[in-house]
Order: sequence, then structure tokens, then C-alpha cells
Amino acid sequence: QMEILKYRRSTCTVEKQYVGFATLPNQVHRKSVKKGFDFTLMVAGESGMGKSTLVNSLFLTDLYKDRKLLNAEERINQTVEIIKHTVDIEEKGVKLKLTIVDTPGFGDAVNNNECWKPITDYIDQQFEQYFRDESGLNRKNIQDNRVHCCLYFIPPFGHGLRPVDVEFMKALHEKVNIIPLIAKADCLTPNEIKKLKDRIREEIDKFGIKVYQFPECDSDEDEEFKQLDKELKECTPFAVIGSNTVVEARGQRVRGRLYPWGIVEVENQSHCDFVKLRNMLIRSHMHDLKDVTCDVHYENYRAQCIQEMTSKLAQDNRMESPIPILPLSTPDVDTEKLIKMKDEELKRMQEMLNKMQQQMHEKDQ
Amino acid sequence: LPSSTAFNTHFQYRSVKQARSKNEEKRNLSLGGHVGFDSLPDQLVSKSVTQGFCFNILCVGETGIGKSTLMNTLFNTMFENEEASHYQNGVYLRPRTYDLQESNVHLKLTIVDTVGFGDQINKEDSYKPIVDYIDTQFENYLQEELKIKRSLFNYHDTRIHICLYFIAPTGHSLKSLDLVTMKKLDSKVNIIPIIAKADTISKSELHKFKIKIMSELVSNGVQIYQFPTDDEAVSEINASMNAHLPFAVVGSVEEVKVGNKTVRARQYPWGVVQVENESHCDFVKLREMLIRVNMEDLREQTHARHYELYRRCKLEEMGFKDTDPDSQPFSLQETYEAKRKEFLGDLQRKEEEMRQMFVNKVKETEAELKEKERELHDKFEQLKRMHQEEKRKVEEKRRDLEEEMNAFNRKKVAAETLSLSQPLKKDKDKKK
Repeated sequence: QMEILKYRRSTCTVEKQYVGFATLPNQVHRKSVKKGFDFTLMVAGESGMGKSTLVNSLFLTDLYKDRKLLNAEERINQTVEIIKHTVDIEEKGVKLKLTIVDTPGFGDAVNNNECWKPITDYIDQQFEQYFRDESGLNRKNIQDNRVHCCLYFIPPFGHGLRPVDVEFMKALHEKVNIIPLIAKADCLTPNEIKKLKDRIREEIDKFGIKVYQFPECDSDEDEEFKQLDKELKECTPFAVIGSNTVVEARGQRVRGRLYPWGIVEVENQSHCDFVKLRNMLIRSHMHDLKDVTCDVHYENYRAQCIQEMTSKLAQDNRMESPIPILPLSTPDVDTEKLIKMKDEELKRMQEMLNKMQQQMHEKDQ
Repeated sequence: LPSSTAFNTHFQYRSVKQARSKNEEKRNLSLGGHVGFDSLPDQLVSKSVTQGFCFNILCVGETGIGKSTLMNTLFNTMFENEEASHYQNGVYLRPRTYDLQESNVHLKLTIVDTVGFGDQINKEDSYKPIVDYIDTQFENYLQEELKIKRSLFNYHDTRIHICLYFIAPTGHSLKSLDLVTMKKLDSKVNIIPIIAKADTISKSELHKFKIKIMSELVSNGVQIYQFPTDDEAVSEINASMNAHLPFAVVGSVEEVKVGNKTVRARQYPWGVVQVENESHCDFVKLREMLIRVNMEDLREQTHARHYELYRRCKLEEMGFKDTDPDSQPFSLQETYEAKRKEFLGDLQRKEEEMRQMFVNKVKETEAELKEKERELHDKFEQLKRMHQEEKRKVEEKRRDLEEEMNAFNRKKVAAETLSLSQPLKKDKDKKK
């Protein structure tokens, strides 16, 4: 709303003839409301980290009614499943089709070798499907099931990242936007939170993990916005707390957790970073997450896919595939070399031919 | 009771029981005055205090779950500890021994930490180093017991008396690793499961969590330590404590001012969790049960139950039995002698076999050599004969050749003399 007002104000102060394209943002706004939005959010982490509770708190609904949890014995050899929940929610006329992708079983078995494979396979499958749809003939109703963001829940009980955390993030950081979170942050005092955040940021750097980076804010934004943006960036990874229950605190009814020694309020910024996460994820950066998914992760996948396809093409002439063969944008290095060689050979042969002709000519004389 | 005394008493009891069953009946007598043997417990206590006590705790739990902090809180001391890394290749046990004193009682406390537990991606073998460590301590004790010259009274007993298993406060249930590990440990050590970092679970969640954990343990047949209820002095409190398992604990060495007191606590923006406040967590219950009431029972159970089980299995493995085919009790001494004889006999037999084998081999080789020698000899004879044959032939030929040469020479001489008289005639012809 703020942005639209800004533009309206400037049109009032213009003295020249009014053309009218300043209404474009309005038009975009109107059309997008009509079209509706979609967003796919994946949550990953060991069982008991509060993932479901956090999702419920973020979107203020109950997605997980009648959920059945496995007990310890059943989990010894558990495999990772992918479960999608899709809901349509609406706020002030804006419709959002929200898909939450759950990954129950991750990290819960005794042997967790490559337990992230079903997850990377799922992400790749969505890319592949979009790739096919995009290259198809009828592109009117493409469904975008690509995963736009993955919230990864790090346990607060340790001293930093564990091997399984590092392996998971490294397997996924080039396929999806990863936002690491410190789960169940109400077991850490403010000092402990700071220490853990510093340690995790250090280890993310050390292991070369590429987590989602907030885009730099424009230089013409006001100081307050810039300051908030800076604080947001320094606060990562967010230490979150979720709750399914409403409690009475300081005369108000809020989402919180009731303890004998006090009440933790989910939306109290001095208690945890839930509000920062919500604002970032939903209120300011949701679209950027989608953009990065489309422009970076998906494009990487697509380019890689095409390269693999064309190198296969070079090997065998026939290829049966419904995907139309696309022209090579850059010639192969090998073929270039071959062409060069042939060129030189031709040149040499031409010279020889000329020489021979000359000799014959002289001989005739 | 110091361990050696308990063992001897057990042995004596058995033999006394046997003697009694044969021809004695117990009679109760009343005393005419104060004799004074009611001071026996005091004498025992005095002896134990002079000797000092020994207690060994094993802490099993994932890295960072609060094992070191809880130990510091329980014993009100800062045991030196570096923060462990999450990147160990496997699980390592790290025992540390400390000498503590409270009034006139000396305690030799050993705390064994499981470093790296729960960090690996594949945790199938995580329980093995723990089981091996416990068994090794039993083995060491058994070795000492079996020695001819032994000194059990000043043996440093390193057998684990209690295993505190730290459960992560997920609020759902046990982790798969917890279940698997506790099942491997429950027949070897006293286990007290505790919920670590319990200030992250609300009261209602805690109640459900405890019930879920206990039911999972029961349905999987995991035997945890039960506080004993046979001694009337402590049966009531122990029985009520059993109902509070697993204990939900919070550890802290930091002090916070609450009201006009300074207590050990954790300070959050929303409140202060006091470690020794019973409505905040079960720390006081744990300390009471573990240290103030049942420490001695834990030591006894370790020796009388877990160690005996280990010993029995080990000796059965080695072939010992308690009764021979006629159901007469064997004494360890006799069995040992018999075993030893058997072993020596075996050894001798093996030696004999080997010697026999060696002798046979030597004979074989000798025979072979002889055979070869004979063959060589035959060959030599044969060659010699051939050589003679050839020589003879050559001689013959030579004689033939000589004869031929002689014959030729005679003919030559004859021809020469003949040709000598001819040339005169020719010359004469030419002159005419």
C-alpha cells in the first residue's frame, strides 16, 4: 500500500502532461490479486524439533490434525517419506495456495546414511516436471510445484552443526533456498543463543554451505529500513519457538508456552525470532524466494539437464524423447577443434593442388 | 559393603546353609543383659569410612545434552571439561577420577563420559564401545578375583555402578538410538533414564512425555533400575520416586538472585528456572535418590547382580560348571585343577601329534632321497655301459682302418717298385 501511495503523490506534483503509466503498479497489483499466488514450503529436521508447531504458528491454522507419530521401535529402520499438505488461504482478498512439504523420518533411524536422498529426488522431480511442462506445446495451465523454500531445523541441544546437518544442507543448497533455524529456542538463554548463532554461522562458512541470502536493499531506501534489514541479516540463523496453544500474558491472549517460571510468548521479539522469521518469510521476501528458485536453482537444473541431453545426442544419433530438440547455443569445444583441423587440411590440399597445377603448366611449356 | 566382604559372606552363607540342613535346627535365645554386639553396624561403618568409598557413574547422551553440566551441578564442583566436538568418527569413553570429601567421608568418584555419542550419521555400532567398556571393568575385577595372590581390599573398583541415560527433550518419545542402546545395556548396568534440558517442556507435555517413555521401555522389555522398596526405612520414599521416572532435570552452575537468596538457576527473558525448586524440575529428586539414599544399593546391585551375571557367563564360556553329572557341588579349586589337567593333557597330546607328524615326514623324505639315489646310480651304470660299448666299437673301427692303411701301403710299395723298372725302356725308345 505504501508504494502505491508514493506514486500517486508524485503524479499530483507533476506539471507536465500526464501520460498515465504510473498506474502500472496498480494494474500489476490488481491482476495478481485476481490470479492468486502459490507458495511451496518444505520443512526438514529430526522428529520432535517443533516443525509442525512452527508451521501452525506461522500460518495460524492447524495443518496437522489427527497426525500419527511413530514410536521409537518403529523408527529404528524408518525411511524418509515426502508428504504434501495443500491449503487455500485468503487474506484481504489475496488468495494463497500454500503447499507444505513434510519430510517425516529424516534423521530418525539408527542408520541415516543418505537419508536426504528422497528429499533431493523430490526436488529434482518437481524441476523435471516443470521443465517438461515449460517445453511443451500447451503451456496455459502449468502448475508450479517447485519447492521455493526449505526451513531446516537445527537442534538447540548441541554445540553447533552436526554431521547430518552439514551433509543435508550441502546436498540441497544448490537445489533450493535453505533457511536454517534454531529450533525450540526456549531452552537457551540469550547468551547461549548468541554463542550458538555465531558458531553456526562460522560452520556454515567453513563447510561452504550456501544458505538463502537476503537481497541487498536499494540504496534509495530510508535509513530505518536499512537498519532493520541489517538487523535481520545479523540475526540469522533465526532462533524460533512455536506454539499451538493460546495463553494469557500481560492481560492479553497470545500464542505461547506456559511454564511454572514464566510464560514464553511466540510473538515477543525479546523472547525469540519468530516475528522476524514470519515477516521475512511471508511479509517481505516470499516473492524473492520464488524468484531465486526460478532464476537460479531452476535455471541451474535446466542448463545441466540440457547439457546432459546434448552430450548424449552427440553419442547416439537417434533420440526418442517428447522434449523438442533445442539448438545448441555454444558449439562443443571438441567439434570446434575438429573443424579447425579439417580446415587446415583443406588448406594444405588446396596448396598442393595449386603447386601441381603450376608444375604441369611449366612442364607443358 | 566393601566388595570382598560381600563375596566372602556369600560363600560362607552357602556352606553354613549346607551344614545346617544336615543336622542342625535354629534356636532363638533371649539375652540376660546387654552384650554389645549391637555395635556391629557401627564397627562396619567405621571401617568403611576409614577405607573410603568408591562410586562410578557412566553418562550416556548426545553431545551437548548437558552431561558435564549435570555432574557439576550434582556434586557442586567444577570438574574440568572441554566442550566436545560433533565430528568424532565414533564413540569414545572418557573416564575421569576425582577424590572428593564431605565431612569425614572420602569418595573416589569416577565419571565416564561418552564422547561423540549420537553424532555419527550411521549409529548402528554406537552402543559397542559402551558395552565393551562395562565388560572390561567386570573382566578386570574377575581377573583380580581369580588371582592366587589377590588384594581385593585395596583394589580400585572401576565397575560402573550407575548409568545415567540422557534423553533429549523432544516431547514425543524415545529416539530409536535410545531404545537400541538401553536394550544393550540393561543387563549389564543399573540404568536411570533422565530427561535432559527439561526446561523446554511444559508441565502438561512433560506428563505425557514421561508416560510415553515408560511405556516404550516396558513394551520393549528394557529393565531400568528400580529404587528398592524392601527396606522399610526408605521403601516409601523410593516407591514414590519410582513413579516419577524418568526424572526431568535441569543443570546449572550459574547463580541468580531470586528474592533475597542466590540460587543455582538459568535466567531467561521470561523467568528464572531454579535447579533446586521441585516445582521447576526433578533435580532434587535425582540427587536424593542417586546420592543420598540409594548410592550403597547401587553398588551392591552392581556387584551382586550385574557382576555375578557377567562372571557366570564368562566362566560357563570357559567350561566351568557348578555341579558335576552326579549333582555334587564342585569347588572352584577342584574345577580349576581339573581344567588345568585337561588343558595340560591337551597340550601334551598336541605335542605328541606334532612330534609324530614330524617323524613321519622325516621318514618320508628319507625314503624319497634313497629312491632318488638309487635311480641316479642306475643311470650312472647305464651310461658307463654305453660308454664302454662305444669305446669298443671305436677300437674295432680303428683296427679296420689300420689294416686298410697297411694294405694300401703294401700295394703302393709294390706299385712303385714296378714303375721303377719301366721308365728305362721309354728313354731308349726316344733316342732311336
